[in-house]
Amino acid sequence: MRNTLLLFGLLFSISALAATPQELLQQYGAQAKQESAAFAGFSADRGASFFRTERADSGGRQVSCSTCHTADPRNPGKTRANKAIEPMAPIANPQRFTDAAKVEKWFGRNCKDVLERACTAQEKGDFIQYLVNVK
Amino acid sequence: MKKWMQFLLLVASVSSAGALLASGGGEEGDSRQLPPVANAKWKAECSSCHMLYHPGLLPEKSWQKLMAGLDRHFGENAALDAPTRDEISRFLTANSADKLDNRRSRRIVQSIPADAAPLRISETAYFTAKHDEISATTFKRKSVGSASNCAACHQGAERGDFSENKVRIPR
Repeated sequence: MRNTLLLFGLLFSISALAATPQELLQQYGAQAKQESAAFAGFSADRGASFFRTERADSGGRQVSCSTCHTADPRNPGKTRANKAIEPMAPIANPQRFTDAAKVEKWFGRNCKDVLERACTAQEKGDFIQYLVNVK
Repeated sequence: MKKWMQFLLLVASVSSAGALLASGGGEEGDSRQLPPVANAKWKAECSSCHMLYHPGLLPEKSWQKLMAGLDRHFGENAALDAPTRDEISRFLTANSADKLDNRRSRRIVQSIPADAAPLRISETAYFTAKHDEISATTFKRKSVGSASNCAACHQGAERGDFSENKVRIPR
């Protein structure tokens, strides 16, 4: 029964589309606590370095979030197929981090592209914390 | 047969042939442009990273192969949840080049060997023949990017309008 309730809660939180960045941070905070007992909150500094740190992917390309999103998240980025990407920082683009399903979709894709693995809830929260703090 | 009956028959056959011509010739539809198509998920999901490609630019077998490999989509992860993926697949199939009655789609299909299912429109013989006067350096211009950016020169590309007289190649 408890599992069923948990499942319903999870389904509800995934399907609840409208959100605020703060609500998303709370959700990722709860997940991060489950992933690690040592979780001690999110850090904008860690998020900033996560955003810019380049790594060599298995195809030999140097990649980071900022490869496409540029080093300044207030600026529009550009996809590899030459299409403009709206800025990542909510200060420049208030639509960011207001749709939980969209946020999960893009973490799902881009973590696998850049890191070639899924991101942890800690990393997702740090990332959002950094972008929310950009003024 | 009486003279007036012959005359009536003649009038009837001439006018029906005329109607056939005006409607675009029935089976061998000679409409040059791809017809307008619409699907909200296709539009939203298939144009976040690149221009929106009209489904009539590739045959069903190509779309099927492409939609089965979205997690490795031209070197990027473009995975979709299953219901969205399936809806877009059905839309692409229903409006694929083999299903649409227009000259461009038909010629694209004819240019693809029976045993091939190209994922890039620019790999079809139809495309290369149509662009044989465009140099590789033109495709690489910053304002163009690559041959996959149709809309750089064909401003109506996302609507399926590739008319030659509307082509503007940016500097």
